[in-house]
Amino acid sequence: MNQIRKFDLALIAACAAIFAGLQGAIFTGIIGPFWELNIILICINIILAVSLNLINGYTGQFSIGHAGFMAVGAYTSAVITVKLGLPYELGLVVATISAGVLGFLIGLPTLRLNGDYLAIATLGLGEIIRICILNIDYVGGASGLMGIPRLTTFAYVFWIMIAVIFFIKNFKNSAPGRCCLAIRENEIAADTMGINTTKYKVLAFTLGASFAGTAGALFSHYFFLAHPASFTFMRSFDILTMVVLGGLGSMTGSITGAILLTFISAFLSDFPEWRMIIYSVTMIILMLYRPQGLFGNKELSLKMFGLGGKHNG
Amino acid sequence: MKRVNKLLSVFAAGVLFAGALAGCGGGKDAKQDAIKIGGCLEMTGGSASFGISSKNGIELALKNVNQKGVLGGKKVELVVADNKSEASEALNAMQKLISQDKVVAVIGPNLSSACIASSAINNAGKVLAITPMGTNPDVTVDPKSGKTRDYNFRACFIDPFQGTVMANFAAKEMGLKRAAIMIDNTSDYSKGLATFFKENFIKNGCEVVSEEAYLQKDTDFKSTLTKIKATNPDFIYIPGYYQEVGLIIKQAREIGLNIAIAGGDGWDSAKLPEIAGKEALNGTFFCNLYSPDDTSDLNKNFVAEYQKMFNAKPDVFAALAHDSAMAIVKGIEDAKSADPAKVAAAMAKIKDLQGVSGAITFDDKHNPIKSAVIIEHVDGKQTFKTKINP
Repeated sequence: MNQIRKFDLALIAACAAIFAGLQGAIFTGIIGPFWELNIILICINIILAVSLNLINGYTGQFSIGHAGFMAVGAYTSAVITVKLGLPYELGLVVATISAGVLGFLIGLPTLRLNGDYLAIATLGLGEIIRICILNIDYVGGASGLMGIPRLTTFAYVFWIMIAVIFFIKNFKNSAPGRCCLAIRENEIAADTMGINTTKYKVLAFTLGASFAGTAGALFSHYFFLAHPASFTFMRSFDILTMVVLGGLGSMTGSITGAILLTFISAFLSDFPEWRMIIYSVTMIILMLYRPQGLFGNKELSLKMFGLGGKHNG
Repeated sequence: MKRVNKLLSVFAAGVLFAGALAGCGGGKDAKQDAIKIGGCLEMTGGSASFGISSKNGIELALKNVNQKGVLGGKKVELVVADNKSEASEALNAMQKLISQDKVVAVIGPNLSSACIASSAINNAGKVLAITPMGTNPDVTVDPKSGKTRDYNFRACFIDPFQGTVMANFAAKEMGLKRAAIMIDNTSDYSKGLATFFKENFIKNGCEVVSEEAYLQKDTDFKSTLTKIKATNPDFIYIPGYYQEVGLIIKQAREIGLNIAIAGGDGWDSAKLPEIAGKEALNGTFFCNLYSPDDTSDLNKNFVAEYQKMFNAKPDVFAALAHDSAMAIVKGIEDAKSADPAKVAAAMAKIKDLQGVSGAITFDDKHNPIKSAVIIEHVDGKQTFKTKINP
């Protein structure tokens, strides 16, 4: 136990060093506004990917409606800051809670489904959320909610990302987290062992949804707007692609996937005609040769390269 | 085998990272003597045909400009960034053009929501953006303060005008009395046109017998059309985009609704006859900013050159993007400098610049004052019907 805590502290220290480095580079202009934007986008995508990984990777429930929860977070936080004039921090909290509550309400009935049926149900729900927003004139309807101030800074995004990563990492190692893993491995066996499968599935789904809400709030307050077209199922698929590319069930995999795909997308903006092709070819090759994703369900560590100590499940 | 897989994955990750890193270094080795203008355009996504046409139009304009160059022989080159037909990506692309490529001015995006989202970036960077087809009034005017955005311009007229033009045309020129309206509920553009059409059609002493709504990406409109048919209209107004409009027209003819159908400039696409079918399109009209059959010399040359270069007839996006590029070049020449802020100031003062879509004069809201054309589909071909002045 002590060792894990020491390791965590070392990790946080490393994160602080990375933060200081990046923030310094942004201040001095070594990283220009364009790459700053993409680094922030990467952080937002990491939050989305690790939170989806909690549902899809750790608990084994195939959800593809993540963009819907992101939209809820984006809009609720925007309503709080723009329409009600309340502070941004409150917006972040309320966005997280409201997306979580919605995730809970939606999770209760749908998580009784499994496999393909759950995927279809969550896909539908993501679209329902988007269409609802589209028809609410209070939040701008089809033209979206404009005029949101840019309150998201690199510091906000980075530390919220670190908090989410650590939360999910520790959740995995907690008793409820182990229950989620058991459900992924074999739901019937887990049920027989006395695990309340519905409870833990809904728990994971609610947590994942609420973090997506946080990401949505960060997103809308960086890009000045919340627009229904930003939260289509294509974005859900983008997030899913990040998770699958990195390896379902691997947190470091999700992080790597989010970084890689965001970078590729930024890099390929010069070659729009090739973007889709390169994107798809990468996916096909990966699925042919490494169907379990880059890291499988293992975590990236020094041990992976044959260095370091004993194997840690 | 396991080892090979592991190596392979490490290798794959390496290649991807290398690609990503190579991107970081881009844009620094640019030629100093060329003036760069950006194209924040819809190269992929739902509105990809808008962006591709725009790019062609700009390339043609720059080819002609570069024959003698500007500011004493300097070349003007286009840098395109894909906005993926989406607002947050447009902001990303705009940021790239301004901070990475250091462009003097930007053409695009074409979608109003993308223009409004990215206006924060180009106004902060003091680089002008001219949208060929962003028709929403808020693109150039901040709705909160009511002030004109200093660095946003447009080359097209705004939505209300199109609805008004079509209402007057239908009521006065065609003598129609009973209109049905089908609104794309996902689009503000559609709602805006419908509102102004309705207002002016009723003002002309006519009647709107039914108002129905649909959503983008819908494919089956037969039940809606049957409902409309029951109200016995002599005219349907569909201010939507070509994908759905094509299907609506096709299905309207299938259920025997052989009345006049009209819409706005969202109809303008070479894909419309493919989707709807040539025969179904007979008796359909739309209001546009530009017709390739316009008889001005400038336009005749433009159409001929465009056909030579791209083997296609130019559409309105090509023409307006061409005029946008011409306006920027004029701005650079008037400012006698490639400094973005000076170019923007010079652009605001442009008067009677002859473009292929008509003369451009910017008013105090950075909207051009120009005429509209009505286009009729005859056997799948767009034919110039009449021109209506403001």
